[in-house]
Amino acid sequence: MSTTDFVVHNPVEDLLRQDRVPTIWCPGCGIGTTVNSFAHALLGQDIDLSKTAIVSGIGCSGRVSGYMNLDSFHTTHGRAIPFATGLKLANPELTVIVYSGDGDLTSIGGNHLIHAARRNIDLMVVCVNNMIYAMTGGQAAATTPGSSMSTTTPYGAFEPELNMPQLVDAAGACFVARWTSFHVMQLERTMAKALKKKGLRFIEILSPCPTYFQRKNNLGDALTAMVDYKKRSKIKHGCHTWETALEPGGDIIVGEFVDREREDYLTRMRRQLGSHYSEFPEQTEEEISEGACSEC
Amino acid sequence: MHADQRCVLTGTHFINGDAACCEGALSAGARFAAGYPITPSTEIVERFSARAPQVGGLFIQMEDELASSIALQGMVWAGQKSFTVTSGPGYSLMMEHIGYAAITETPCVFVDVQRGGPSTGLPTLPAQGDMMQARWGSHGDYLTIALTPNSPQECYSLTIKAFNLAEQFRVPVMFMMDECVGHMTEKVVIPKAEEIEIYPRRLASKPPGEFNLFEAGEDLVPEMAHAGEGYKVYVTGLTHDKRGYPVLNPKAQHELVTRQFEKIRRAADELTIVETEEIEGADVVVVSYGITSRVAQRAIQMARDKGLKVGKLRLICVWPFPEKLIRELAPKVKALVMPELNMGQMVLELERCAGGKCQVISVPHAGGTVHKPADILAAIERGAR
Amino acid sequence: MLKEIRIAGFGGQGVILSAHIVGRAVSIHQGGYATMTQNYGPEARGGAASAALMVSDQPVLFPYVTHPDILVVLSQEAYTRYAPEMKSDGVLLVEEDLVRLENLPPQARVYGIPATRIAEELGKKMVLNVVMVGFFCAITKAVDREACLKAVSDSVPERFRKLNTEAFDRGFQFGEELLLKGPAKEEQTVGVGAVESDD
Repeated sequence: MSTTDFVVHNPVEDLLRQDRVPTIWCPGCGIGTTVNSFAHALLGQDIDLSKTAIVSGIGCSGRVSGYMNLDSFHTTHGRAIPFATGLKLANPELTVIVYSGDGDLTSIGGNHLIHAARRNIDLMVVCVNNMIYAMTGGQAAATTPGSSMSTTTPYGAFEPELNMPQLVDAAGACFVARWTSFHVMQLERTMAKALKKKGLRFIEILSPCPTYFQRKNNLGDALTAMVDYKKRSKIKHGCHTWETALEPGGDIIVGEFVDREREDYLTRMRRQLGSHYSEFPEQTEEEISEGACSEC
Repeated sequence: MHADQRCVLTGTHFINGDAACCEGALSAGARFAAGYPITPSTEIVERFSARAPQVGGLFIQMEDELASSIALQGMVWAGQKSFTVTSGPGYSLMMEHIGYAAITETPCVFVDVQRGGPSTGLPTLPAQGDMMQARWGSHGDYLTIALTPNSPQECYSLTIKAFNLAEQFRVPVMFMMDECVGHMTEKVVIPKAEEIEIYPRRLASKPPGEFNLFEAGEDLVPEMAHAGEGYKVYVTGLTHDKRGYPVLNPKAQHELVTRQFEKIRRAADELTIVETEEIEGADVVVVSYGITSRVAQRAIQMARDKGLKVGKLRLICVWPFPEKLIRELAPKVKALVMPELNMGQMVLELERCAGGKCQVISVPHAGGTVHKPADILAAIERGAR
Repeated sequence: MLKEIRIAGFGGQGVILSAHIVGRAVSIHQGGYATMTQNYGPEARGGAASAALMVSDQPVLFPYVTHPDILVVLSQEAYTRYAPEMKSDGVLLVEEDLVRLENLPPQARVYGIPATRIAEELGKKMVLNVVMVGFFCAITKAVDREACLKAVSDSVPERFRKLNTEAFDRGFQFGEELLLKGPAKEEQTVGVGAVESDD
């Protein structure tokens, strides 16, 4: 075989909207890396991709939905989860993934995250945490750690940061994990596992923002961030989520923290409704034109 | 197509406007709804939460109105007809998602049972103070359709109409009830399913690969494909091209916004839905909508008893405003009188369309109850002089 | 002919249902028009209950009852509150064991019935509202007896139908007998006292 006959086909390409490339993401940004893991995780599944929808909010990570060659929904800021909730409930056959950023999912959309976890609605929620509002130019977020600098905290931040795994665990999610964009293989395996589960699955991924977070805080470039993630990460599967808080320079606790069985929203609804619930078979073309009912 | 008889509660009922609205939604084919409790709209979803599971549907009570106003759109993109129901403060919270429904051309219905405002205002008493909000509430340029029922019977029949218009034009339709109509109990006749016309969703007529989600035909209304049908739809609140892909430039903005405007504007005649009475030769025409139109009718009768030549123009569809009709009417009358349960909202539009060709008399009311017919009568008498 | 009707009492007496039955009878079984409204404000909590009905042979335009032609009261509080709003020649129906008539509107025609006691005799205090509906039907003739009976049947679960029909009949009968005697009137009427109005 000559080298000229050799066509490189990256299987991930089929999962991306090629006509949307290049992406808006900056060089060194970790979001694309997470998408790569996600695409590999999806490809390894027995999932009908034509019945898979991805929903995002607003922000850099919010653009993920638009690059995936799936049913893509780019919704409003913070509201990816409630949109996805409606989508899933009205068509339970769909596999629905929410893919968005830290500001979108935990700040403006924080309430929806809590209630989606409480309901244990059958969604996989992927939260890329770059610790800053990047799309708007580097403002402080609820996830900005310690006394970090941002354009709205020019003297350093003075609000404590949110520990996402603890929040969604407390609210009732059936699966909670965290990795960094350095952990590409682990992330893929965790995503593959989460895709198979039923209920609210939450995966946080720390990801560098070289343009804003790294630069503002003199943290070097993306490569420095990878070295830093590698050095500081401690894998602690099954660890209590109250031990997973992120501190500047401190350990980054990663792994699969929560993996429990809990009845998801639709299953519980059907069980509770019992005989009050009636299936509603779609009418055939003839029935529609005759205005007849399938039961009579 | 006709309504599905499994969802239609055919018969004669003595129910309130909220209950009738719920039945209208079911008759129209909505089996899914998302909402958040708020007086005086709650009875609609209370009833819906009992009725929907019987027909394989579902009501989900979301954590707030921000959530319910977008969850319902998820339901629509999953292939269902869906709606949300709210009032006053909740309606304000939903504004961003009315814009999202407009730009993504998501056919759906927002029910607002209006109560006194601003803010918490008068939770249990009527007003018509959200009429401008129904038109202008979300940021940016978009057009909506808004209907105003004046009885429980119309809360039923116009809810069906609202869903039909939403599907026909692929827009969010505002169903502007008020506390009085919502809580008032009257006879409501629900016809047989085969007598109820349903406008079916305009589904993609081309297969995946050939189909563009936002490519419109002659009537400027695009066909729709849902999630899970193999079309790999791309729906975004950003300005987009016919594929749905974000294109952030003035040309794309111009094309998208003008088409979305034009699809409604072109249908202005079809959307002039009014009720008229003795307009020809009238000196004064009373223009009203919603519950106020009933009180106005009483005032009109009183004026006629006094020998005045008074016509009635009742707006059933308030947005788009029946501009042409008013432009034609204004030069023929001495005055147009507009009572409304707000400090003068739709009257601004009436004034604009009348263009100084006749007197326009506003009969404002801060809300909490309906007008006294005598107050409207006084305005009619003033206009007739 | 438009008639304004208000039925008021306290929570648990079935005031709303009784107005519902009358409205239903008029608009569905009698071919007339009826519009029912209720108070929903905080004042409607804490025990007070009231329903208002406009009935007519023409479509009802103005929806609210302001000066009732017929006032039905099942509690002292309801009486105190609503009696001053009555039309001066209005008809007042009272649960005579629960309402003491004072400051009676001068021209009001008053008819009393021990509705609760009658309901208790029937074995279920709950049906006092339907006794009242029967009584209302006999005295005011604002609604046909047959239409009203049908509405009673529609409005209650199957297993309570017989009991409620009986309750209606007892109230109706009591009313007819009372009509032969004519309206009662309190000896000393002192005019209408100052009562906060219910705008």
